[in-house]
Amino acid sequence: MADEIPTRSEITPEPIYLSRRGFIAAGGAILAGAAITAACRGAAPGSSSGFCADAKSAASKDELGANLTSCDDVVNYNNFYEFSLDKGGIGELAKGFPTSPWTVAVGGLVAKPATLSIEDILTKYPQEERVYRLRCVEAWSMVIPWIGFPLASILNQAQPLAAAKYVRFEAVYDPEDMPGQRAEFLDFPYVEGLRLDEAMNNLTILATGLYGKPLPIQDGAPIRLVVPWKYGFKNIKSIVKIDLVEEMPESSWMKAAPDEYGFYANVNPDVPHPRWSQSTERRIGELARRETLLFNGYGDQVASLYAGMDLKKYF
Amino acid sequence: MEKSQFRLVLVVVHVLSLAPLALLALDFSLGRLGPNPIREIQLRTGSYTLFLLVASLACTPLYTLTGILRILDLRRVLGLYAFGYASLHFVNLAGLDYLFDFKALWADIAEKRYILAGFPAFLILLVLAITSTAGWKRKLGKSWKRVHRLVYLAGVLAVLHYFWQVKVRVPGPVIYGVILAALLLLRLPAAERLAARRLPWRAS
Repeated sequence: MADEIPTRSEITPEPIYLSRRGFIAAGGAILAGAAITAACRGAAPGSSSGFCADAKSAASKDELGANLTSCDDVVNYNNFYEFSLDKGGIGELAKGFPTSPWTVAVGGLVAKPATLSIEDILTKYPQEERVYRLRCVEAWSMVIPWIGFPLASILNQAQPLAAAKYVRFEAVYDPEDMPGQRAEFLDFPYVEGLRLDEAMNNLTILATGLYGKPLPIQDGAPIRLVVPWKYGFKNIKSIVKIDLVEEMPESSWMKAAPDEYGFYANVNPDVPHPRWSQSTERRIGELARRETLLFNGYGDQVASLYAGMDLKKYF
Repeated sequence: MEKSQFRLVLVVVHVLSLAPLALLALDFSLGRLGPNPIREIQLRTGSYTLFLLVASLACTPLYTLTGILRILDLRRVLGLYAFGYASLHFVNLAGLDYLFDFKALWADIAEKRYILAGFPAFLILLVLAITSTAGWKRKLGKSWKRVHRLVYLAGVLAVLHYFWQVKVRVPGPVIYGVILAALLLLRLPAAERLAARRLPWRAS
């Protein structure tokens, strides 16, 4: 995959400028984190250590002061049911999954539908680093330095019609290369959705990389959604289709268990999930649990989207 | 079955029951439990518990089918190992996951239906483990057998706990459910009588 795509330094006008000091600090933080949890986890198996060998990020912490999750953990602990239910085994299983050529069809209720190749997307939209917390509905979390661009820029280009109220995302359907799709753990292709104002929010990005490199397949190559104030399953991976629609789309998880997974899926410690309490979370690489924050700590930017809504009802 | 043969079987049972624990300890010390080791420990101890519990429940039906009396002696050792892994499962949750903050633990999981199945199952195994000794057997007399029939309830609760814990269509809970149902059917007096009469290889 990486061979097919132009090197990132060519296509990203502002990649990650790492000052020498910043780089050493980031490395130091990772080393310190690794030492603390050395008893609990070791070197990453297989290919991913190769991926992480030249991982880099302009930041070493999120805006709340929490350390980045180590690159090895980010690429070795994945929920990607299209491949497997085994979080640690996705990278190995996904090896050789074809991500080139890749196109994303933007359509539905828009004035200018378009089919964009991943190369188009990378050249057309300036890629920037965004450090976001990722909170899985299973009560674990990470801090990940994504590379990506606002979803709004691609939507604005397509010019949504007045009737468009929601955005529907569809992931790749390739059962031949995806054993989890053959096993039919869920109804594939994976589908997710956002309300148009959520999609237009500046926090919402389409990610094409992490730790300064193109996305590894297990993290959703070549392009995936990241909506940091919602549970991780909203962040649909390996997107091939983005449609503007009038009706609220039914996501794969809503279809699988409507009483457990709602359309909104905003991180909320006060709305428990039937299987997991959502009041605390385990940050991967840490021993003690952390308190979970309303909207995953992004309330300043997104709480107004839900003014007057009963968040227990619209979970 | 000869006594020496049975001793060999017993050795195999001990080795097979302890091997997962040894592997878990090894993986833990080598940092091979992945990015979320506490969850990995929880998943592994849970699945060993279920396997050993069902193995223990399979002994009586296996005796019914084969007529080999010594199989019944395996119920206790398999049940005790199941209790051992269940204890690790519980201590990992309360200790490592929640650092013995029972208030937080209670607030987080009290209403979860898989806990409503899993915790009573653990309590049953605890009672059965305590009363598994010869002394308790004597002391409880006739009611010992009645108390120890609770193991079937523990089995049903454990499978339910597993069923309520999984997220998507996976075969595991269904497979265990079917096996458990078959084992329970073979415990019906009618089935046992039928087996005793119709299975020619059964020693009488």
